[in-house]
Amino acid sequence: MGRYLLTRLAFALLLVFVVSSAALVLTRIAPGGFVDQQCVTLSAKECEALRKKLGLDRPLAVQYLSWMSGAIRLDFGQSYLYSRPVGTLVRDRALNTAMLATLALLFATAIGIPLGIYSGTSHGIGRAIIRVVSVIGLSVPPLIGSLVLVFLAARTGWFPVGGMTSSTGIELTWAQWLADLARHLPLPALALAIPMAATLERLQSEAIESASHESFVAASRARGVDRMRSILHHAWPVSLRPVLGLYGVMIGSLFSGSFVVEIVTSWPGLGQLMFNALKARDLFLVAGCAATGAFFLAAGTLISDLLLAYTDPRVRSGERA
Amino acid sequence: MIRRAGLFLGVLTLFAVIAPWLAPYDAGKAFRGFLHAPPMRPHFEGGIVFHPLVLADRLEQRFEPNRARVVGMPWIERFEDAPVFLLGADDFGRDVLSRLLYGARTSIGLSLVATLGAVLIGALAGAWAGYRGGWVDEAIMRLADFVIVLPAIYVVLVLRAVLPLVLSASTVFVLVAWIFIVVGWPFVAKGVRAIVAVERSREYVQAAQSLGARPLRILTVHLIPACTSHLLVQATLLLPAFILAEATLSFIGLGFPDPVPSWGTMLAGAGNYNAVARFPWTLAPAVAIFAIVLLTNLLASQPSRPARA
Repeated sequence: MGRYLLTRLAFALLLVFVVSSAALVLTRIAPGGFVDQQCVTLSAKECEALRKKLGLDRPLAVQYLSWMSGAIRLDFGQSYLYSRPVGTLVRDRALNTAMLATLALLFATAIGIPLGIYSGTSHGIGRAIIRVVSVIGLSVPPLIGSLVLVFLAARTGWFPVGGMTSSTGIELTWAQWLADLARHLPLPALALAIPMAATLERLQSEAIESASHESFVAASRARGVDRMRSILHHAWPVSLRPVLGLYGVMIGSLFSGSFVVEIVTSWPGLGQLMFNALKARDLFLVAGCAATGAFFLAAGTLISDLLLAYTDPRVRSGERA
Repeated sequence: MIRRAGLFLGVLTLFAVIAPWLAPYDAGKAFRGFLHAPPMRPHFEGGIVFHPLVLADRLEQRFEPNRARVVGMPWIERFEDAPVFLLGADDFGRDVLSRLLYGARTSIGLSLVATLGAVLIGALAGAWAGYRGGWVDEAIMRLADFVIVLPAIYVVLVLRAVLPLVLSASTVFVLVAWIFIVVGWPFVAKGVRAIVAVERSREYVQAAQSLGARPLRILTVHLIPACTSHLLVQATLLLPAFILAEATLSFIGLGFPDPVPSWGTMLAGAGNYNAVARFPWTLAPAVAIFAIVLLTNLLASQPSRPARA
């Protein structure tokens, strides 16, 4: 187990390193750099001064190495675009994205798992309806879902159509801010959660259906355990393995989905920040966003693997399942 | 599943080819004075006819039908002053239906090309890894795993963003297709590798080897055909993902330039929530994308039912 954890941690570190380095190098060699974009309004002399000030006159290798030596000491450089340290910029935005993603994951779990258990163990009209809704939900990718939800919100006025808070520059008490956030959060989270909830429902349904045909479930019924209990205590834990495995896979789509949702609903998250940074060729900000994203990705995958190992005694004991 | 997947891809290809001919108007034709005109209701008076729209309120951009005049279907008769918008008009007064049909060629066409490329490269890489084994196998598969771990849309975003931001439509087509191939090939390669690794020790491969067939011949003539069903399934899954990726890229302004009709550029026009609320017909491409993803899901969900694990 310790060895396994160590290799996974090494992989996570490698991922963060490779992704952020690649992002930095690619952005640096991209045509139309940050200074080139600014130079439209500057004289040639000011232009050179700016280049020198930002260190963009140095060769790529030198700039990369100095960034790397800073990054090891958790100094990720200064953003050209915002003239603020990358670390604080990214931290705020990453928190917003994490909030959105966590709520979406909670929504998806709260909707998908119970419905999956129900549709996998019952027959009749309820099951049929859930299946149809689920296939439709699977077909609503975050781009489509968020556009449609924004349309509905703009039509009905039930939810704010975008942003994270509606009051800009007004001092709010902690409770007011929270209430405001609570109004803005559901729409993007729902757009992100719909396809995930449907995926979870489908998989949970199939998994519990096959688990409930196992002989130990029949045996529990024969011993007189009531139906509900035999489903929840005997069939469900066995069916959890493929479902928990899915969470690891879903983290990638959570990232991709949250990027789209952030753009459509103007949620000030990491994806939006990275998009702006990429367009402005803001090297260090791109690298910082990429590193943070890779870190979350690796952490998420690791957590879901550990969760999987925890619920499955075969994996826990090191035996390969 | 296999036959239906093939049929699905075939029908989509055919649709992408013929769609522009089904369009009532040219995709770029902007009707002045008909900005954001709503979809028109057909009437049945000895055939399907429409009452042409008249601008009732310029400030609110509200139209009313002119009941004194009737015009026929736009495919049959066209009037410059009385266009028929079956799905409404966009912010330039262009017919949404026509753009949707022309856009089908761009969006589906790009996705088909990218799918074909990803399947081809994935099949070759996977087969090579599975056949050679050893460090070649290790290197190709580690690379594939790495690409799969990354969130695809970010890879597409970064690769597209580091290219020049403004490009001509045909350059965008080629470059974006290549980017899609880069993120798509590993999914194909993994399955192909698994199949080839098993198949290469079968008698028919040994027979071919003992007859002196070269590795390339064994791969292309014997091993890759064994993966046909996997390739078709992967193609069916990649296609809608690429359609969606194109829509996302064009939506954020890194895809096709606006005059080019594609489902993504059309949605980009609908990105403003104010416009979306007042002119919901501009969301038509979202419905088209939904329909294609739904078809794929129906296709993919079918076989899992009888084959219970």
